[in-house]
Amino acid sequence: MTQPTSTDAVQKLPTGMASFDVIAKGGLPINRTTLLSGTAGSGKTVFAVQFLASGIVDRGEPGVFVTFEESAADIRANMQSFGWDLAAWERQGLLAFVDASPDPNIEVIEVGSFDLGALLARVENAVRKVKAKRVSVDSLGAVFSQFSDQSIVRRELFRIAWGLKSMGVTALLTAERTQDYGPVARYGVEEFIADNVMVLRNVLEDESRRRTIEILKFRGTDHQKGEYPFTIVPDGGLVVIPLSAIQLKQKSSDVRISSGDVELDAMCGGGFFQDSVILVSGATGTGKTLTVTQFLDGGARVGERCLLLAFEESREQLFRNAIGWGVDFERMERDGVLRVVCDYPEVATLEDWLLHIQRIVAEFKPSRVALDSLSALERVGTVKAFREFVIGFTSFIKHQEITGLFTSTTSTLMGGTSITEGHISTLTDSIVLLRYVEMFGEMRRGLTVLKMRGSAHDKAIREFTIDKHGMHVGRPFKNVTGILSGTPVHVSPGDLERVWSQIDAEASARPRAANGPERRRGEERRGRE
Amino acid sequence: MANLRRICEQELSDQYELRVIDVLQQPQLAEDEKILATPTLIKELPPPLRRVIGDLSDKEKVLLGLELRAAEPRRSEPAPPVPPATETR
Repeated sequence: MTQPTSTDAVQKLPTGMASFDVIAKGGLPINRTTLLSGTAGSGKTVFAVQFLASGIVDRGEPGVFVTFEESAADIRANMQSFGWDLAAWERQGLLAFVDASPDPNIEVIEVGSFDLGALLARVENAVRKVKAKRVSVDSLGAVFSQFSDQSIVRRELFRIAWGLKSMGVTALLTAERTQDYGPVARYGVEEFIADNVMVLRNVLEDESRRRTIEILKFRGTDHQKGEYPFTIVPDGGLVVIPLSAIQLKQKSSDVRISSGDVELDAMCGGGFFQDSVILVSGATGTGKTLTVTQFLDGGARVGERCLLLAFEESREQLFRNAIGWGVDFERMERDGVLRVVCDYPEVATLEDWLLHIQRIVAEFKPSRVALDSLSALERVGTVKAFREFVIGFTSFIKHQEITGLFTSTTSTLMGGTSITEGHISTLTDSIVLLRYVEMFGEMRRGLTVLKMRGSAHDKAIREFTIDKHGMHVGRPFKNVTGILSGTPVHVSPGDLERVWSQIDAEASARPRAANGPERRRGEERRGRE
Repeated sequence: MANLRRICEQELSDQYELRVIDVLQQPQLAEDEKILATPTLIKELPPPLRRVIGDLSDKEKVLLGLELRAAEPRRSEPAPPVPPATETR
């Protein structure tokens, strides 16, 4: 243990739970007690065990688990499912249990005052035995229920917290609360026993459960504020999804990559940026999946690995469609440059999806990821959960310098924006709009690059066609206005000429008028609005 | 401790065996017996196994808790073998 000097700020113990350490800005304050409060089923015991498990596995720090609630045998059995073999660690002298769970066979009568000195002696003994650096106590509330004299329990818990500090361990104490938003803990004293307070929540929102963790206070040191969603996965335990922590730190790349379509590349000023996130928005049938297919094909052609996350169509459908556009997904998969993940979004929560996708990405190491479509995922969770998913996902792939292409479906056939876009458009670097354009009794397709961060791009709305070779971007829709608003109006060439000449006249009348075509077009656009 | 000795002397005369364990000296014993509170009085014999925690300031409650009360009026019978009782402190 390092001797703290007066100038030392509070040091932190990296828990080994990587995602948690991010929001805790390094870990739990070392040699202090931290209260972890939560309602029933919020994941307190899992966290408490994981705190020790990560210490043992990742950092070689032994731990002591003090249980007042479940028996040691129950905990050993329950934690097997997370891949934590507590019994093995006990045999290796890395873990010790202090089993203070109530034994229903033993009746205890209280006569007069007592203290919990025996318990403290046992904890001390266990800490000494395994040379523990970490102690988890689960849970304080259960101590209260074992004794009738609450005032003694209160006093003794303070003593135990004090005792833990003097043992030089970093301790995690759990406590129950009755409501997800209410008093910190049931007995109203738990939060004063510990130096730091964290809260786990398991809130029912729109018929779906949402788990969050919040660090309420860290005495004398900093942490991320607010609730962070987390999920509990079978082989990893509790995984926090840090949002603000990972945002806007990514590098920016100047490297351009092909969208898989030469004409679209040209419209984007030479292709997408390597670590950018592109949103392709359009009504059903406008060619979003085609854009995705070409994007993957473009990557595979230069030997980049591509990952397709498909939530709308089955594997067979996707492969058949791709063949129809001259792209052979099957061969790409055989060559190891493509992986296709097809599933209904409903099979997991958004938090689980994010982790699942992160794992696939970590394992497959793709250079390109396409997600078709975000709108399908949106229906799984709440608006907030969806936003967090998109933030988490985009920042994750940006960190890995992966190019991401998402699609979103607009609700109306003509024009309009999807709800999805409203939520996430600011998170994307580029937006490509695909729109139906009704012209003389015929549905045509239009494409425009709405936004291209860090690059000039073609502002025109161009017509494109789809055939068995894929997409062909053609000429701009010259004499049509109002495509984006969904009400295309045809303007005769004569009318258009008149508008232009008027603008020119106005422009030349002003002293510092610019006569370049750029300026003129700008004026024209403003005039239309 | 004084309370316990007094109770034993007054109520059980010589028919008891008392073992005192200091949990600070022998924490492993406390661990094995799953003891939390000090002092804890464990009555091992005669069955049933009983535990009383606290300073034992109320004699009647202690005897009731240990279920030794019933034995008292039956003076004529041979006294039950109470020992060994264990007290931890």
